[in-house]
Amino acid sequence: MKPIPELLAEHPFFEGLPADDLAALAACGEEVSFGAGEVIFREGTPADRMYVLRAGRVGLEIHALGRPAHLVTTLAAGEILGASWLFPPYQWQFEALALDATTAVALDAGCVRARLDADPALGYVVVQRFAALLVKRLQAARFRLLDVYGDG
Amino acid sequence: MTDALVTTAAFDALLGALADDGRRVIGPRVRDGAVVLDDLDGVADLPVGWADEQSPGRYRLRRRDDDAHFGFTTPSTSWKPFLHPAREVVFRARLDGAGFEVTPPDAPEPLAFIGVRACDLAGIAVQDRVLGGGRFVDAGYAARRSDVFVVAADCGESGPTCFCGSMGTGPTATTGFDLAVGERLGDEPRFFVRIGSARGAALLERVEHTPATEADRADARAAAARAVAGQSRSVAAGEVAGLLARNLEHPRWDEVAERCLACTNCTLVCPTCFCTSVEDSVDLAGTEAVRSRRWDSCFTLDFTALGGAPVRGSVRSRYRQWLTHKLSTWQDQFGELGCVGCGRCLTWCPVGIDLTEEVAAIGATDGAENPGGTPS
Amino acid sequence: MADPVAVTLDADPMVPVPYEVVARRALSDDTTSLTLAPAGPRLADARPGQFFMLWAPGVGEIPISLGVAGPGGQVEESIRAVGAVSRALSATPVGGRIGLRGPFGTSWDLDAAVGRHLLLVAGGVGLVPLRPAVLDAVERASDFRGIGVVVGARTPGDLLFQDELTDWGERPGVQVVTTVDHADRAWHGHVGVVTEVLDLVDLDPARTTAMVCGPEVMMRFVAQALDGRGVPLADVQLSLERNMKCAIGHCGHCQIGGGFVCLDGPVVAADRALPLLQVRER
Repeated sequence: MKPIPELLAEHPFFEGLPADDLAALAACGEEVSFGAGEVIFREGTPADRMYVLRAGRVGLEIHALGRPAHLVTTLAAGEILGASWLFPPYQWQFEALALDATTAVALDAGCVRARLDADPALGYVVVQRFAALLVKRLQAARFRLLDVYGDG
Repeated sequence: MTDALVTTAAFDALLGALADDGRRVIGPRVRDGAVVLDDLDGVADLPVGWADEQSPGRYRLRRRDDDAHFGFTTPSTSWKPFLHPAREVVFRARLDGAGFEVTPPDAPEPLAFIGVRACDLAGIAVQDRVLGGGRFVDAGYAARRSDVFVVAADCGESGPTCFCGSMGTGPTATTGFDLAVGERLGDEPRFFVRIGSARGAALLERVEHTPATEADRADARAAAARAVAGQSRSVAAGEVAGLLARNLEHPRWDEVAERCLACTNCTLVCPTCFCTSVEDSVDLAGTEAVRSRRWDSCFTLDFTALGGAPVRGSVRSRYRQWLTHKLSTWQDQFGELGCVGCGRCLTWCPVGIDLTEEVAAIGATDGAENPGGTPS
Repeated sequence: MADPVAVTLDADPMVPVPYEVVARRALSDDTTSLTLAPAGPRLADARPGQFFMLWAPGVGEIPISLGVAGPGGQVEESIRAVGAVSRALSATPVGGRIGLRGPFGTSWDLDAAVGRHLLLVAGGVGLVPLRPAVLDAVERASDFRGIGVVVGARTPGDLLFQDELTDWGERPGVQVVTTVDHADRAWHGHVGVVTEVLDLVDLDPARTTAMVCGPEVMMRFVAQALDGRGVPLADVQLSLERNMKCAIGHCGHCQIGGGFVCLDGPVVAADRALPLLQVRER
């Protein structure tokens, strides 16, 4: 099994980060895996991990009364699962479900936040990359609102 | 011989010779209070003694105090209806259950155009390039156009809506005609005839004519100079393409859209506007289908309809399309501007929109799109 | 049987040539594929990305992209029934005849992608014009450093040519990513718009040629996303769609900027097309 810093270095989110920064973050992490159909986290529970997806496919679902589970989006290898761990109140807003067998590096949220607080330069880089990812997802959500394949 | 003088009677004989050759002779005549283009039996059918008064949104005829045959500026319509008709059959098809059999339309009759202004000659040349000068040739247009006998008429005066001088298209015809006439009034009225082609020369030989002198040529040059000097409107032809291309979000488009009715008049009277729609119809028995083509206009909503919605959904965007095509993107497509300065779109605009004024307004505040707010 | 005689270039480009429907199959609720064979003279062979004008005799005519070219001048055309003409064409039975003119327009430039990564991005029925390029590309996959096919649709049921998507994805050097706007857990692809899954395709942005076909706003977003990833817009080909009546540059309906989609398109490089698509038309 590869050491965690190496797993992080292979992931696009951490591309190009200096080895000591990777080591500092990797110290917060452990490798985890989920079988197909296994729930990774549930809505309303503490958002205590940042998942660095390495393989598989994860679905984010919303459960609303009187409706079937709504699959909001899917995330795959190379992406980051979870945003709520970075911002108060640190609670998951969706349910995450492994749609296929999935492996990830799970970084402890409190540990990561402490590293970023302690090293503002690293904090800036990580938060900037996270912001880019959130903007991309926001733009995609707006794009999807257009329903471009509707009956045109 | 490159030029000659003919009397009115000889000019009449010249029209007769064209008719004798089996041509349909078309030229300006007065009808319904306007100079229109229609069949001529002879010079007497020309608008003898009539002048026109044109200004944005206004057209009137008035009596002249002489008997000029070409004492008006531009006819109310261009020659477009004869070369690129408002409606024409592309083909007929007999449907027989499973299949179909196509019959092309009949060959057109040969035409002679009498009294074509230089701006309109330029307009014909523009349509030649659009409909016949590219990868595909419009069969109907080519058939009608190939054999037209053109008698141009040089302008001795300009109207207030004329701006051919700035577009480089007039007032004197320089190419694209078989014969060109300039009218000399006075006690001994004559037509000063310039020869533009071998068949023009051959036709002239069939009627009485006398050699022109240097004085006649000087008269013609002076008349052209007067006509240009009389033009108060202009477009900076060398700069307008770039100006409009970099001002697609100029506030003037919103302003002109407030006035424009999107009525399509400008596109109908324009000698270069070529857009058409193709329509299919079938008889009640379902055995004969007709494909026809009719003029269309970029001012209509369904012109750009795609999946039920128009691409250019606002008058702002449609007026901008029309003007930028004429004066900017036409250059990209065909290597020249799509406006010849005839001024008809000014005259026949019901609200008097003047494209020279629109261009000037954009030029005066070049770059005024300002999406970033106003510094305070 | 000998090949039918090719139509000469002197023929009137406005006059349709009869083709017979020799096979038909439903691709989805509203999309039908017709296999057409020349019933007389045959038209010139079309290149992927080009289009024909299809005439339902007595009803009307619409532009339809080349589906797949078959033997003997046959073409397979996919038609989505959304208007009177497309409904009439879709309803043509086997043995019935329709008229064809063409082929017209520009084509996908696969050769530009030789030795590079090839990325094909389709949205909705945009897969129809892109499919012949994919079919060509997967047959010569070794010409490219890798082939990525990204297909988006509204729901899994709207995905066209699912068997072919599966087949392409199983070939070496070809990566197929499907994504839909709406699905449930039974769906094995991704959920989200195509721009969200572009990053899943392995490619070197500076050495990538992309071909994109779908709703115009989707192509805009994809081109911008590829631009953001470092793929030069000159290497991104888009397929434009406009109202079209003649297909030969005479009717004026498909004008965009200083060009006609029928002559200068439908396939246009994004560095030229994107600025035109971004002009506000309201």
